[in-house]
Amino acid sequence: MPTAEFPNLFPALPEIFLLVAAMALLMFGVFRKDDEAGPARVRCSRIVARLCILALLCALILVVTMNGSDRVTTFNGMFVVDRFAVYFKVLILISSALSILIAQDYLEVHRVARFEFPVLVVLASVGMMLMVSANDLMALYLGLEMQSLSLYIIASFQRDDQRSVEAGLKYFVLSALASGMLLYGSSLIYGFTGTTSFDAMAGALAAAPGEAVSLGALIGIVFILAGLAFKISAVPFHMWTPDVYEGAPTPVTAFFAVAPKLAAIALLLRVMMEPFGALTVQWQQVIVFISVASMALGAYAAIGQSNIKRLMAYSSIGHVGYALIGLAVGNEAGVRGVLIYMAIYLFMNIGAFTCILSMRRRGQMVVGINDLAGVSKSNPMLALALAIFMFSLAGIPPLAGFFGKLYIFLAAVQAGYFTLAIIGVLTSVVGAFYYIRIVKVMYFDEAEEVLDRRMDRPTALVMAATGILIAIFFIIPDPLLSQAQAAAQSLFGG
Amino acid sequence: MIFQALAFYLFALVAVGSAVMVISSRNPVHAVLFLILTFFNAAALFILMGAEFLGMILVIVYVGAVAVMFLFVVMMLDINFAELRQGFLRYLPIGAVVGLVLLAELLVVLGGWTFAPDASASVQSPAPGLEQVTNTRALGLLIYTHYLFLFQGAGIILLIAMIGAIVLTLRRREGARRQDIAAQVARRPADSVEVRKVPSGRGV
Amino acid sequence: MVGTDDPAPAARPSLWVAVACFNSRPPVGRKGIAVEAFLSDYVPIFIFLAIAIAVAAMAIVASYIVAPQNPDVDKVSAYECGFDAFEDARRQFDVRFYLVAILFIIFDLEVAFLFPWAISLGEIGMFGFWSMMVFLAILTIGFIYEWRKGALEWE
Repeated sequence: MPTAEFPNLFPALPEIFLLVAAMALLMFGVFRKDDEAGPARVRCSRIVARLCILALLCALILVVTMNGSDRVTTFNGMFVVDRFAVYFKVLILISSALSILIAQDYLEVHRVARFEFPVLVVLASVGMMLMVSANDLMALYLGLEMQSLSLYIIASFQRDDQRSVEAGLKYFVLSALASGMLLYGSSLIYGFTGTTSFDAMAGALAAAPGEAVSLGALIGIVFILAGLAFKISAVPFHMWTPDVYEGAPTPVTAFFAVAPKLAAIALLLRVMMEPFGALTVQWQQVIVFISVASMALGAYAAIGQSNIKRLMAYSSIGHVGYALIGLAVGNEAGVRGVLIYMAIYLFMNIGAFTCILSMRRRGQMVVGINDLAGVSKSNPMLALALAIFMFSLAGIPPLAGFFGKLYIFLAAVQAGYFTLAIIGVLTSVVGAFYYIRIVKVMYFDEAEEVLDRRMDRPTALVMAATGILIAIFFIIPDPLLSQAQAAAQSLFGG
Repeated sequence: MIFQALAFYLFALVAVGSAVMVISSRNPVHAVLFLILTFFNAAALFILMGAEFLGMILVIVYVGAVAVMFLFVVMMLDINFAELRQGFLRYLPIGAVVGLVLLAELLVVLGGWTFAPDASASVQSPAPGLEQVTNTRALGLLIYTHYLFLFQGAGIILLIAMIGAIVLTLRRREGARRQDIAAQVARRPADSVEVRKVPSGRGV
Repeated sequence: MVGTDDPAPAARPSLWVAVACFNSRPPVGRKGIAVEAFLSDYVPIFIFLAIAIAVAAMAIVASYIVAPQNPDVDKVSAYECGFDAFEDARRQFDVRFYLVAILFIIFDLEVAFLFPWAISLGEIGMFGFWSMMVFLAILTIGFIYEWRKGALEWE
């Protein structure tokens, strides 16, 4: 047996750091005095939350400074770091830090503030970072399960609330089924190519001319797509999204709507482009179908919703449909469009959820759209922020959401996919209806009972920051655009 | 050789038979027991193939832990199987169609199966044959060195599972008296015994 | 590897030794028939199984044949001091059992990872040793966590 050499740990340093930090904070939290649901526990959870945010920011600095522009693989080719991975890791870490920040007040009000919550969010982030850097089917599955397991737990975090427990259970059962499909597809691909490493698979599939690619391998790709489409809640694997988003605690929903989706889209891009790049023609049709169906469902199904969390769920399904247009195009411009879209989507969604978190009446959370009536008079800042986010989600210029859609549609049109772009624009118009309806309810409807004005500082800060970012994006789009361009290039071996 | 073939057919038959009984048993506890029988037979099949580690793990983990948890859940929830099975006939046509489609797919895939041109060349870390090392040793030679990344990742996942189980299910009971062993052991005689000088003929 | 014994039928290990799970003595010797040699170590288990099934089946069949079977409603119903049963015998299942089962599974999997490591430690050297130590450290942190939280106490 050849002796294995010690792998190069440097590329994985941010992940290792976060893991050590999570375990250290776990130990720190468990060794403090704990009184059941008393002030000591709340204090402990606050300290651990702040330290977790600090750890995430340190990991962010490590990710950004440590890696040059070349593609580095380690752990026997299972772990890869390139500009693409760095781009997504930055976004994931930002979204995790923001989620912990806005979650603290909600958890305290609902008396489920425990120090395990931020630790689980950090562990989920580690899983997501491993997903984004996966260069092997087994590493992909490992990162996916690490992230999913943490998410099942925090989805049911309000363990005395039946809806939260139901959300966690639904998410778990359906996610396990999707993971099963993903594994089945992986086994078929392994059977065909004899390897699980993406690099070797790319070579094996490129060497086999088009017709020689066994039907088995194609079915394997379809099953893998099915499993991953579940994770990004694309139609027809979107069934879990409205129920889970509605039942889970709101900051957890905010986290669900951004970070796992980012990681899963990154994973999907890498899996489809790198090992299966040679079979683009075959899987493109599947992605086109998924994309059109998601856009259509996201546009039409949300119209009848009266619960704002369910509406955000359907809206996220729609947004994933738009993002997948970029993947369906299958070239560098398309991937760049997806990257820009997801970055803007991150900030829009976090902002929208901070507004939802502020919807309280006498201390109780309210989630009906009609509860927003008259907010423009009672809380003008909240109304303005929510209006900005809603217009941006609808894709109205000059807010950032418009630019996200612009780059996607540009890529589609430049590659000749006119129908796809037209469908995208049409569903966008239909979808704009329900976003603008929220703005109308806020500004033009009369309130019977107003929402609480009180908002805690971190949430207000995040709301203001993301609102400003969305509003002024059109002035300084360059940093994001150049980073996305470099990341897309690195995925195509540039 | 004949003995091996006979053993294979025996185990495979019992495995398939008990799997069918799992889904058609009326009593849920019977269903779990048939599931355990299926696991045992699958473990025997693995051993027949030469993968004795997998077979043993199946018995230790699946039967020893997972099936036991199944039994807990079945006993915990008062499952009324008759009610559960009521919609069975209604969904049978759709279920049968989906099953047939999957079966057709499987046959198409297996029938037209080809390997990629350099499939055998790209097999990574080929395990040495059974003549040299047993399955367990072969796995041991690879997992902790070559596949270190996956091994440690599995450890992290187990840690998350531990945290999750405790976060979701641990409850302190109100009013339950607990022992604090450390406090008990650290008790000094001065805390429990007080020496008083008592003059004779008078009380304390 | 120094040449080991040819596992001829005369040298077949006794039943009790064969039941020990992990065969770390590689079945080398005759070329190409290694699988036979390997499986021949398991035949005692198979015989054991066959005898166990035979004895259990005999016990059940014998009771059917020999014992008189005259079931009657009153004979078969549950005994509750002479009354008809008031309610179902089941109680609300305590979730503490479930927590214990989960923690058991996790440490069971840890032990499952320890088995191949123990066998191959000679070849994988310090690298393999320390990788297992890191794994055990991660799980020890989990163990400390559950100890401190009181998950190991029953009450």
